[in-house]
Amino acid sequence: MAALNEEQTMVKDQATAWVNEQSPVQKFRALRDSGNPRAFEPTTWSAMIEMGWSGILIPAQYGGSDLGYLTFGVVLEQLGRQLTASPLFASALVGASAVLLGGTEAQKQKLLPKVVDGSEILTLAVDEGPRHAPAATALAAAKSNGGFTLTGAKRFVVEGMSATTFVVAARTSGKPGSMDGITLFTVPADAKGLVRERIVTVDSRGYANVEFDGVTVAADAVLGEVDRGGVLLESVLDRARAGLAAEMMGTAGQAFDMTLEYLKTRTQFGAVIGSFQALGHRAAGLFTSMELARSCAEASLQAIDAGAANVPELVSLAKCKVGDFLHEMSNQLIQIHGGIGMTDEFDAGFYLKRARVAEALYGNQAFHRDRYARLLGF
Amino acid sequence: MPDGTALNAFRESTRKWIRDNFPGSLKGKGLGYEGDADSGLAKDLDVWRARLAGQGWGAPTWPKEYGGAGLSQSEARIINDELIAAGAFNPISMLSGMGITMVGPTVLEYGTEDQKRRHLPGIASGEVRWCLGLSEPNAGSDLASLATKAEDNGDHFVLNGQKTWTSGANISQWCGAVVRTDPKAKKRDGISFVMLPMDQPGVRTRPIKLIAGASPFCETFFTDAIAEKRDLLGELNDGWSVVKRLLQHERQSQTGSRVAASGEKPTPIQELAKTYVGTNADGTLADADLRLRIADHLMDARAHTLTIARITAEAKGNVQVSAAASILKNSATKVAQIKAELTLELMGAQGLGWEGDAFTNKELGAVREWLSGKAMSIYGGSFEIQNNIISKNILGLPETTQKG
Ligand SMILES: Cc1cc2nc3c(=O)[nH]c(=O)nc-3n(C[C@H](O)[C@H](O)[C@H](O)COP(=O)(O)OP(=O)(O)OC[C@H]3O[C@@H](n4cnc5c(N)ncnc54)[C@H](O)[C@@H]3O)c2cc1C
Repeated sequence: MAALNEEQTMVKDQATAWVNEQSPVQKFRALRDSGNPRAFEPTTWSAMIEMGWSGILIPAQYGGSDLGYLTFGVVLEQLGRQLTASPLFASALVGASAVLLGGTEAQKQKLLPKVVDGSEILTLAVDEGPRHAPAATALAAAKSNGGFTLTGAKRFVVEGMSATTFVVAARTSGKPGSMDGITLFTVPADAKGLVRERIVTVDSRGYANVEFDGVTVAADAVLGEVDRGGVLLESVLDRARAGLAAEMMGTAGQAFDMTLEYLKTRTQFGAVIGSFQALGHRAAGLFTSMELARSCAEASLQAIDAGAANVPELVSLAKCKVGDFLHEMSNQLIQIHGGIGMTDEFDAGFYLKRARVAEALYGNQAFHRDRYARLLGF
Repeated sequence: MPDGTALNAFRESTRKWIRDNFPGSLKGKGLGYEGDADSGLAKDLDVWRARLAGQGWGAPTWPKEYGGAGLSQSEARIINDELIAAGAFNPISMLSGMGITMVGPTVLEYGTEDQKRRHLPGIASGEVRWCLGLSEPNAGSDLASLATKAEDNGDHFVLNGQKTWTSGANISQWCGAVVRTDPKAKKRDGISFVMLPMDQPGVRTRPIKLIAGASPFCETFFTDAIAEKRDLLGELNDGWSVVKRLLQHERQSQTGSRVAASGEKPTPIQELAKTYVGTNADGTLADADLRLRIADHLMDARAHTLTIARITAEAKGNVQVSAAASILKNSATKVAQIKAELTLELMGAQGLGWEGDAFTNKELGAVREWLSGKAMSIYGGSFEIQNNIISKNILGLPETTQKG
């Protein structure tokens, strides 16, 4: 773990204790079994709000604590360990980042206090096809009556069923394939012409496909500048990716711990299986990958907090390396548990399923390897 | 630890000292002409070595009375950074052979006052080169099965046996060797660590040629070679704890932290790739598959550097020889070996030359580096041995059993 300051250490201890006591993975199992379409427990969400987590990024004048992205990452990592489902990430990190980075004073005053107290749930609606491709944004926003009319569809919107306001990437000029000509809008979920439909995913979390059938918004719904939202969108996405990488680090770390425990307790051929060198070396290799991945995840969050110029590079590094590790770790979690790993009764499957969704979200490893090369100029 | 302002002041004075003392003729150079008596560069190099040694900067963190400068690790890092920034380098570590990185730190921990005073200053000034006689033909990874004998003969030991893979044995003045002093004790209990001069009738070396063409190491034969009793390092028959510590220092030195060994800035691999492979209209590398493998390699390299930085930050600047060294050694090895493979691949046929004018020096150098780099996963505890250490010492998995 990075050298944390006193406040960050306090938040970490609080998050660790709460997750272990109040939100162990059995909670997620119960949620999955219940089929709850919102895919999170209201009591879980209200506990987070009470602990102040929804305000971690938000300055004091809007009711938050302004502790920064590394602190948020510390919390997300703990949530990732026990697969705790909630709108915290979508709203208080991704949505809040969009408002913080792009919002006018009026927009901040309108939305941020409600993000903190939970009366608003924000989410980013960006992708339109099956793969992450922000530049491919085609959803059209046409000028009309001093405002805009939005027509098109977004897919795979995180917490799309529970969101109260969508931050929508729309095209105001240019052609799909370019980040120029994109504009971000805030669109209330109850706007006329907005229809959302739940999609049931392998990780049992809340996602929606959202149709915009001539949804009209006023000019003050624009977040940032018209046609120049591409840069803002990338900045928001980078914060989302770094936060997600922290959560993935927790998921993978827990998968590693479960595996190591099994290596020390399961006996075959008269010896614990961890004494077989093939498995000992596999564990050593996974541990090495974990340490390297952790450094990337933390460096990306620290770079965001420091306002460093190389945030995009470090974020792609983090999403890719943590993604690679989580991918391999989630497979080994099953493999090393043998038959037990294949049963629904055991938790390993939850980690595998969550892993693939988190890998794909906001760009999988292939996306970020390509982006990293581009950022380095080749 | 000195505070930030003190460190800034130290950085300033270091920068100034380098500006005033580093010979301009050596800028951007590394080692390679130190044995070349005629060249002016060799003379400048010795002047530079002596100036660094005068500052105690060959081993900045060692106490002053043993040739060091008594500085903190943060200050030592500043010296290193400033040398790199100035296109300068520190030749002393290389000139001392295994002295600065391994023998010195171990003598500091286990040595008598007399040993520290006799041996450390020569290492710290880069004037005395040390080799290490550990491996034997039948004792590699399983070093404790070594057979070289040392018999007590009053004020000295008499050594008989053979060492192998002894790096720099033919050019070293001193050797640290592990020898069997009690043949009846259990494997690890009858071993001692002795230090002996190489220039004596009982020591003979025979260089071994490696796949990369050079002969950086030797077979070393001891035939009634003499090691003085006052050069026994640590207790008699407790050489195993000494060598274990020494090997930890070795691993630590191979974790790939940036060392100012050469002032030359290498061309980034992606730029090299562009010149050999070409680019598409959008500036991406023409070979899409190679491009992504280079990107992945660069990410691994970055992850490695960030991990060193993280471990340093977590240790609050005071990094000890740690368990993490095994992780870092394996990671550094992977990064370096893959880089060498990618470099060869991107050069195409130009990356397959052995010698001659058809190839540039850089191309030939890349080939030799690719070959010699294969040793990284063998020496210093092989890749597999590091994984044994990680699984046993860090993860707490039980000793290997092989059943079924
Ligand atoms: C360039 C270079 C410089 C060197 N310099 C020095 C020096 O200055 N002084 C010195 O004393 N030595 C030196 N060495 C020797 C080096 O320390 C040994 O080569 C090393 O310890 C491995 O021993 P070995 O070569 O006998 O291989 P072996 O031990 O025979 O290993 C053969 C293979 O078996 C694997 N293996 C062995 N044991 C295990 C195990 N328990 N579990 C899994 N796999 C295992 C190894 O990983 C390796 O892949 C140098 C070597 C090289 C290549």
